[in-house]
Amino acid sequence: MTVPAVEMVGVALRRGDRAVLQDVDLSVPGHGITVLVGPSGAGKPSLLRLMNRLEAPETGTVRVLGEDVATRDPLALRRQVGMVFQRPIPFAGSVRDNLRVAVPGAGDEELDDVLRRAGLDGTFLDREATRLSGGEAQRMCLARTLAAGPSVLLMDEPTSALDADAGSVVERTGRALADAGVPLVWVTHDRVQAARIADHVVRLAEGRVVACGPPAIVLSAADDGAAHGR
Amino acid sequence: MAGNVGWWGLLASLLLVVVAVGISRRYGLGLELAMVGASARAVVQLVVVGAALGLVIDDGRSIVWSWLWVAGIVLVASWIVRRRAPELPGVFGVALVAKVVTTAIAAGLIFGLDIFPLESRTLIPVMGMTLGNALTSTVVAATLLVREVSDRRDDVEARLALGLPWQAAMRPHQRDILRAAIGPQVERTRHVGTVFLPGAMVGLVLAGVDPLDAVLVQGALMFVILGGVATSTAAITLGASRRLFTPDHRLRPLVRSVGTAPEDMLLERVLGVLRRRWRSAEEPET
Repeated sequence: MTVPAVEMVGVALRRGDRAVLQDVDLSVPGHGITVLVGPSGAGKPSLLRLMNRLEAPETGTVRVLGEDVATRDPLALRRQVGMVFQRPIPFAGSVRDNLRVAVPGAGDEELDDVLRRAGLDGTFLDREATRLSGGEAQRMCLARTLAAGPSVLLMDEPTSALDADAGSVVERTGRALADAGVPLVWVTHDRVQAARIADHVVRLAEGRVVACGPPAIVLSAADDGAAHGR
Repeated sequence: MAGNVGWWGLLASLLLVVVAVGISRRYGLGLELAMVGASARAVVQLVVVGAALGLVIDDGRSIVWSWLWVAGIVLVASWIVRRRAPELPGVFGVALVAKVVTTAIAAGLIFGLDIFPLESRTLIPVMGMTLGNALTSTVVAATLLVREVSDRRDDVEARLALGLPWQAAMRPHQRDILRAAIGPQVERTRHVGTVFLPGAMVGLVLAGVDPLDAVLVQGALMFVILGGVATSTAAITLGASRRLFTPDHRLRPLVRSVGTAPEDMLLERVLGVLRRRWRSAEEPET
């Protein structure tokens, strides 16, 4: 049995007076794509930010690949737990410059390889990163994250700013990574996308985990809940 | 004497304020009251400062009073930075350190290398000019730092998420801030004499000093001011950036944080005591 990619026990997070997450107990399998679903304000991105310690919980424990993140070197942890944000964030400079932020001194062959894994290729290396289209920029950001060699990948609605074609390239890339042994945690609002890509689903509501399990069960239960006004 | 303006001269120069007020009215800028208020305030402040300076730099007076005056400038300048960027945690302490370092370097160079003799008549004006110019750039740097980490928070966090330490995540932003804050002083230095005639030199020439002697004084001052601006701005940008991150390299939420850092709390307590004393002194005895 594989070690869970992420475990959370009794996690709570507050911002000011507002409780963002409460009593979260969660286990993300160490394989496949785990999709986090739930309405706006449920706390999905906050959950991701706790996993690579961009935020720290008020109470509770977060473990990544069996180790408590509070005891880990945060910089090593973040290289191990890569994160792709909802909106593409290209840095100033060329695509090569962007990738070298993650792997300083990497050669073009290595960068070409990482771009291909994200659905681009080496012809992009000299392109100005801030002038890429939305889809290209998001794939470049995915490549930049992959360049650090993460063991777990967090994706915060990575296709929400993309058109359908670019979105499906990112989905295929995610699937290929998961099949290659990198567990993914993928946040989405899109129930259809969740059904398409998920191996496991975690449903959040008002900062709590309300269901988790196989997509067929969790998503259909959510549909039943919606149909009955719950 | 060539530089003797007199009260009548000062009043006559206020005609230009009238012109500025006229322009404000003509174009509906709404700055008339602010212009009149600022001019009146400047006159009052300068008269008070002039009178106080007269006492402090009196020939028989100890230079300790002049150093206390400089300490006052350092405190007020740090307070102004704190007021302009209250979102930066502990910014008063950072600004205080930046100003003290700037003062030490500038005074060490100017008086240590005997560019000017160390006496009350030179200490206050030279340090006042250095710290005054540095204040403008540090306020710009502090407010730009607030803007960068609120408007470009995503960029900083994307770098942190790649495993970069906060120093590396902030470096491109710090570079932009330093360029914007120090740039105007570099520009002034570059165009000195062609477009811009600096205040000390103009004052000396108006006071009847030989222009070449005035140039030498201004040159020395200008380089010290440029060094002071760069030192002060770098110190506040680097020092305040550090306070924006937790020890485990998380970017803190940017909120109005005055009162949360230890030195802020100390300052608030001192100010609270002063306010209470001020109010009790104002209340009529019953």
